[in-house]
Amino acid sequence: MATDTHETSTLAAVPGNGAGVSKPVFGEINKYDFRTESPAIFKARRGLSRDIVNQISEMKKEPAWMRDFRLKSLEIFESKPMPHWGGRIGVNFEDIYYYLKPTEQQGKTWDDVPDEIKKTFDRLGIPEAERKFLAGVKAQFESEVVYGSLQEDLAKKGVIFTDTDTAVREHPDLLREYFGKIIPPSDNKFAALNSAVWSGGSFIYVPKGVSIEFPLQAYFRINAENMGQFERTLIVVDEGAHVHYVEGCTAPMYSTESLHSAVVEIVVKKHGRCRYTTIQNWANNIYNLVTKRAMAYEGALMEWIDGNLGSQLTMKYPAVYMMEPGARGEILSIAFASAGQHQDAGAKLVHAAPHTSGRIVSKSISKNGGRSSYRGLVKVEPGARKSKSSVVCDALILDDKSRSDTYPYIEIEEQDVSIGHEASVSKIGEEQLFYLTSRGLSEAEASAMIVGGFIEPLVKELPMEYAVEMNKLIELQMEGSVG
Amino acid sequence: MTSQHPEKLIIQDLHVAVEEREILKGVNLEIGRGEVHALMGPNGSGKSTLGYAIMGHPSYEVTSGSIEIVEADGNRRDILAMEPDERARAGLFLAFQRPMAIPGVRVADFLRHAVSNVRNPERKEGQELVPMKEFRGELKAKMAELQMDTDFARRYVNDGFSGGEMKRAEILQLAMLAPRFAVLDETDSGLDADAVRLASESIARIGGADMGILIITHHEQLLEHNIPLKTHVMLGGRIVESGGPELAAELHKRGYERIRASYPEAAAAEEAMAAEAAATA
Ligand SMILES: Nc1ncnc2c1ncn2[C@@H]1O[C@H](COP(=O)(O)OP(=O)(O)OP(=O)(O)O)[C@@H](O)[C@H]1O
Ligand SMILES: [Mg+2]
Repeated sequence: MATDTHETSTLAAVPGNGAGVSKPVFGEINKYDFRTESPAIFKARRGLSRDIVNQISEMKKEPAWMRDFRLKSLEIFESKPMPHWGGRIGVNFEDIYYYLKPTEQQGKTWDDVPDEIKKTFDRLGIPEAERKFLAGVKAQFESEVVYGSLQEDLAKKGVIFTDTDTAVREHPDLLREYFGKIIPPSDNKFAALNSAVWSGGSFIYVPKGVSIEFPLQAYFRINAENMGQFERTLIVVDEGAHVHYVEGCTAPMYSTESLHSAVVEIVVKKHGRCRYTTIQNWANNIYNLVTKRAMAYEGALMEWIDGNLGSQLTMKYPAVYMMEPGARGEILSIAFASAGQHQDAGAKLVHAAPHTSGRIVSKSISKNGGRSSYRGLVKVEPGARKSKSSVVCDALILDDKSRSDTYPYIEIEEQDVSIGHEASVSKIGEEQLFYLTSRGLSEAEASAMIVGGFIEPLVKELPMEYAVEMNKLIELQMEGSVG
Repeated sequence: MTSQHPEKLIIQDLHVAVEEREILKGVNLEIGRGEVHALMGPNGSGKSTLGYAIMGHPSYEVTSGSIEIVEADGNRRDILAMEPDERARAGLFLAFQRPMAIPGVRVADFLRHAVSNVRNPERKEGQELVPMKEFRGELKAKMAELQMDTDFARRYVNDGFSGGEMKRAEILQLAMLAPRFAVLDETDSGLDADAVRLASESIARIGGADMGILIITHHEQLLEHNIPLKTHVMLGGRIVESGGPELAAELHKRGYERIRASYPEAAAAEEAMAAEAAATA
């Protein structure tokens, strides 16, 4: 369904970059960001090369260290094989645009948006202005006006909340201290790719002892930059500080690009707390390959709440490295796989210090030929005495065409620990269905209710409006009216 | 509405098989709206099977016979052609002998959906539910009548309920859904003596003159406030004898010796069924 609609936008043919082939590039220039640039710089081509990476860095006017970081990452990307786990990744790296300015994505009109996406917006009651943005028709959602006062409050407390590109310019020292340190480019092929071509994402710094009472949402500053294909998020929670960050939204993310590969790095210092919530509902053509990792220090708590719907293949295993005594890590993951979808989701807990404790709860639902896998690692390093970890993964399979697998890895290099693992796979019980339908619920309503109940322990952890949308989405999925 | 035709649930020569094994072997039963009937019979005689067949459980295959509702206008509606939810919307209800737990689904949410569909049989999924405020008020009132704590509505359906709580929850659903015909399958089991008395009173109040009720029980207490017009005895998959309330008292006191002796054919069927059940288990 996703064709390259950029071809139909405001294009200008210009000579390719020494390759002797004319390639289409995008002529529109965002006058606010780049008014002094010469048009020649705005060539965007498919494929990946040192030139492209240099160009991206140049366009962003980055310091040399960031450009070098990108170039080094590119080398690593090229030297690394594809991951041998998870699903088949049918991505042709030569066929991708690695950098699109937001204005360039405006080639589409509302008429190009598939009907089922529109229908879902209707059913979810997404406001008009947001729909256009979410469907990729409009590049900028005017959230600054609405949320401006909020930003002021945060600034007074010394909180930094900005997109990562801006942070490179405005907070270079702070950013550089952590950037690429939690997830080095060498971590995996897709982390390397992101490191080479990243753009957008959020940067958050919460100073010592500051608590932010309401969830910070990427939604507040919704724009194409921070929801791009290769966004890069870094969150630093200083000692005793608290933050809850919410990424994405439950409306379907419709994009004509097929690869989404983000990196999210988090540092939670002594007695700090961070919760990172993601609910994403990707269109069926997307490969969603994301690396997320947090380092938790003494007495700190890191929680990942990760909801994955849609996409062709999602591979995502949020991790918590517990670096000092008393650190805690909690990962709750929900995956819903329907026709043509493979959710390879899971979690990673690394106990690198004594008296650390972790918990993984994973719930997956497979329907209509969908496949979901739990892939998880619990690792206890030598000396991490008195560490505790528990893993619970429950899979619900809705029909005989669908599939669920569990790949739990446990590596323990210390005696004095307690590790528990439970896994269950269930089918929607005929008896449960009959009980509900005998009370007048249609079969679709009844299954939706059972599925909703299955993930309720996770949904109730979500901020209210996300929980409501999540439930509505599950209902939609169950009706089968939206793929 | 002309009331020349009292609304009735009519079951004729019903044969039901589970996994190709015949359990019900020709059941006939007629219950008018406003009537209470009791159904007794030894364990395994097929009482619950009848309840499931009426409600349309997919594992219980009706191999022959009919279940129909005679409407006030005299038309007959074929119940067997309906899905379970359509049967509920047509005014049928089964209080389960063993209600199912639905983890994560709150009693109030589930009931709001059920009430919305039963009161508006044309409702499609995704359409408006009964208004929250109205529903809450009604639920609260019904729960108070049943002496149930309001917290109950927020619990997950039958999840971790005690035996008694499950049965109360079934009565609550009966009260909220106000069906035309209800089968109460051992709704007294698991209740303490006081709770059975309360249940008996409640059912009488809920049923009033509007509900046709089939009470399946091994005891008499539930019948205290629900004097059956008829008591039926099931043995070996058939109703072998019907009588008045005194029959219930007799069976409760003396058991099924006399029945087995009087109906040797059904008694033989009972033995055969028990043997088959043991063989497949
Ligand atoms: N789902 C089922 N699968 C297999 N056998 C069944 C099933 N349901 C009923 N049966 C068999 O049918 C027979 C009648 O069972 P039923 O539950 O109707 O008895 P009952 O009269 O309700 O007994 P009780 O008084 O113990 O509740 C029994 O032999 C039982 O084993
Ligand atoms: Mg029974």
